[in-house]
Amino acid sequence: MSPPLLGVEGQSQCNVSLMASSASVDCVSQTGPGLKENNYLGLSDCSSVDSSTVSDVPEENKKNLNLKATELRLGLPGSQSPERDSTFALQCSGKIDEKQLFPLVPSKDGICSLSQKTVVSGNKRGFADTVEGFSESKSSIFSEGNWMFNAAASESGQPKLAGNAGINVMLANRSSGTQSSIKTEGPAKASQESNVKMNGSNTNSAPAAKAQVVGWPPIRSFRKNTLATTSKNNDEVDGKPGPGALFVKVSMDGAPYLRKVDLRTYSTYKELSSALEKMFSCFTIGQCGPQGAPSREMLSETKLRDLLHGSEYVLTYEDKDADWMLVGDVPWEMFIASCKRLKIMKGSDAIGLAPRAVEKNKNRI
Amino acid sequence: MCLFQCMMNYFPEEVLDHVFDFLSSHRDRNAVSLVCKSWYSVERFSREKVFIGNCYAVNPERVLARFPRIRSLTLKGKPHFADFNLVPHDWGGHVYPWIEAMAKNGINLEELRLKRMVVSDESLELLAKSFPNFKSLVLVSCEGFTTDGLAAIASNCRYLRELDLQENDVDDRKGQWLSCFPESCTSLVSLNFACLKGEVNMAALERLVARCRNLRSLRLNHAVPLDSLQKILVQAPQLTDLGTGSYVHEPDSETYIKLKNAIQKCTSIRSLSGFLDVHVQCLPAIYPICTNLTSLNLSYAPGIYSNELMKLISHCMKIERLWILDTIGDTGLGVVASTCKELQELRVFPSDLYGVGNAAVTEEGLVAISAGCPKLNSILYFCQQMTNAALITVAKNCPNFIRFRLCTLNPTIPDAVTNLPLDEGFGAIVKSCKGLKRLSVSGLLTDQVFLYIGMYAEHLEMLSIAFAGDSDKGMLYVLNGCKKLKKLEIRDSPFGNVALLADIGKYETMRSLWMSSCEVTYGACKSLAEKMPRLNVEIINEGDQIEASPDARQRVEKMYLYRTLVGPRRDAPDYVWTL
Repeated sequence: MSPPLLGVEGQSQCNVSLMASSASVDCVSQTGPGLKENNYLGLSDCSSVDSSTVSDVPEENKKNLNLKATELRLGLPGSQSPERDSTFALQCSGKIDEKQLFPLVPSKDGICSLSQKTVVSGNKRGFADTVEGFSESKSSIFSEGNWMFNAAASESGQPKLAGNAGINVMLANRSSGTQSSIKTEGPAKASQESNVKMNGSNTNSAPAAKAQVVGWPPIRSFRKNTLATTSKNNDEVDGKPGPGALFVKVSMDGAPYLRKVDLRTYSTYKELSSALEKMFSCFTIGQCGPQGAPSREMLSETKLRDLLHGSEYVLTYEDKDADWMLVGDVPWEMFIASCKRLKIMKGSDAIGLAPRAVEKNKNRI
Repeated sequence: MCLFQCMMNYFPEEVLDHVFDFLSSHRDRNAVSLVCKSWYSVERFSREKVFIGNCYAVNPERVLARFPRIRSLTLKGKPHFADFNLVPHDWGGHVYPWIEAMAKNGINLEELRLKRMVVSDESLELLAKSFPNFKSLVLVSCEGFTTDGLAAIASNCRYLRELDLQENDVDDRKGQWLSCFPESCTSLVSLNFACLKGEVNMAALERLVARCRNLRSLRLNHAVPLDSLQKILVQAPQLTDLGTGSYVHEPDSETYIKLKNAIQKCTSIRSLSGFLDVHVQCLPAIYPICTNLTSLNLSYAPGIYSNELMKLISHCMKIERLWILDTIGDTGLGVVASTCKELQELRVFPSDLYGVGNAAVTEEGLVAISAGCPKLNSILYFCQQMTNAALITVAKNCPNFIRFRLCTLNPTIPDAVTNLPLDEGFGAIVKSCKGLKRLSVSGLLTDQVFLYIGMYAEHLEMLSIAFAGDSDKGMLYVLNGCKKLKKLEIRDSPFGNVALLADIGKYETMRSLWMSSCEVTYGACKSLAEKMPRLNVEIINEGDQIEASPDARQRVEKMYLYRTLVGPRRDAPDYVWTL
């Protein structure tokens, strides 16, 4: 399994999806506007304009952090990896952005939010049991369902956080791969400062950070257990996706690691295809250089599309019966109901299939 | 008045007895028994149904001594917050001593209804063998028994009419308990085993249903497949309450067509639940019965998502009680508001239990419901966010709330628009709903909301508070203002000794008080216990937070106090200290 990689390249969005019941941390790049291409292999400084205050974190420190963070560790339930926490904390600072559904809210101590801890420690307990140390920082970053309690009223009006397309988290414990690809956006210190400021201005007598928040929201354990089992069953047994996210792995021949996409965020093959193109663009043209910029010049989306639609790559998926099928034959709904994982195959592997595949792809996608 | 009393006393006891027969409510009977000694005496011999809201407030011996003709016993055990894992498993609430005492005293027990109690297989076996006329067993949120205990009930209770298991934690022993109903058993009227996780013998079930011609209520568990459901419905078209098992099948199959036909003949069904496993393409089969439904529980049906849900609900014009998941969304609630004009009780449960915010409802849905459903009087609403304006509107639209329970998924979230606390919103609710008996508050709340509650909630009997308030004043407002308060449960709020000790006599007028993660100290609890011998003040000391000789100033993590006639209980585990 390829190690998780933390790209430090400046990004305007940092998304971390949380799977409380699994050990992996997944990052899904959004298909919203303004998505920058990621320099997965780059460990270098951020040269992007967005990250003006990133320089606070010393260069070698970052490199160290990266290396540490790329270590794959599986913790026993309840175990903690404090080093890793602080790693995350420094790297994953949340920018306040509506699109960002899982902003990482550093608490007063700069330790990253409980959810991070939960995930990192490989803790498989349910969310309610593992919520630890809720942040007292006042911010308007409040992602729906992120049950971090704000100690006092937010400063700015909280926009209605409707359940827009975005990160949906799979409840079932299916994924075995551990992938973290977290792009920092740089201004770790800045947001920490702003958080501290907000703390100062909001004095409230809400209870101090508790060790555990048990029993919230107040739902009978019977109900919790029943629904948890059902979602799992619905996903696995029926083959029908339950409500919520539908994450599937996407592998590409020759890429050092896999990605995951939430099929529910797309409604057509075309959307899926463009998302995958963006995700895997950097792999297609050999190795990316040490600097992000030159690579990007070499590479372009159209070039990748040509490649994908050309004889070189074919998009396939594994269905319920463990057969590898060509993407695009069946209606979209049927596809997402039966798709278990995706694979971008090299044309040479798809020999015999590829030429016709090209035609089909050109027609369908 | 004096003349009237004399006249009433002149009536022979048989007449009083006959008059009291018309009193079914235990509150009325309690009131009647306080009038004078002779009324007390007549009443106690005529009472057949006894309700005990806290099983430790009294003991079996006293109950049986007072009500020797008891036929039906209702008991509640653990405090309400036990539902949310705040009370350790072996805290107590055992039913065995009660069954044992009744068996010893030759009581002619016919009905036993338990909530949040520990029921062992032993108790069930004793129950089954001791009372030949036993007819009705209802267990809600109980634990401690297995299907072996159920087998004992099935085998021995010859006249069993009702076996109703709601949301219990039952161990499955794979012993075919359902097959233990003898062929001679034809008396079943209600059978609910939806909470069981294991298999039952389908043939036995089908035969049982076929021979119980009075069966009205049947709730299956998810192990019962759709083709069995079809066969069952053919045998029992007289059902009024149905809970489906696994509602999964190919919609183009013969079985499904047969099911459709069978369901159409079930014209008496008024209550529907189940759908734990569901193929939405099979849902159209139930549309014909939807028009007559008065009660619909889809809160265990996460597989029915928003569009399907709305389609289904648009058929249910007569619904009075609706339990759903928040996957319905605000839009779906709009459909409910425009369709279900008879709606009285609505419960919207969260579907997303791991906090990653997918489907959820907001204040909009609640406002829509309040505007569209004038008969609404009971609500439990888990929501993403809330505003004061919405609550004020709801209060205006629905002044008839008896139960109002709002739970924001983030417990301290402020008004989503103004960022203010939700004090004014809840204040409007208590001011407008003069008949409010039960209230749960959540969101960002200061002492102000409790001032409103104390001032306006005159009939409030149960109040649940979490992560709210600023100071002791909050709790004091409630204790001083709510004269009819029976149960107060508080968690994670800054109320301390001053509030706890201000009016200790009040606690004898209440059933119980729960305070966890508040600011009360050991010393204050001890002092309270010393002054009030008719209260049990229990400290739940998990994880040895308090050492053997604790400091008076040490904070108490969990305190549960309740009035009692029989002193400290003897079945408390080590970590529960009755002060």
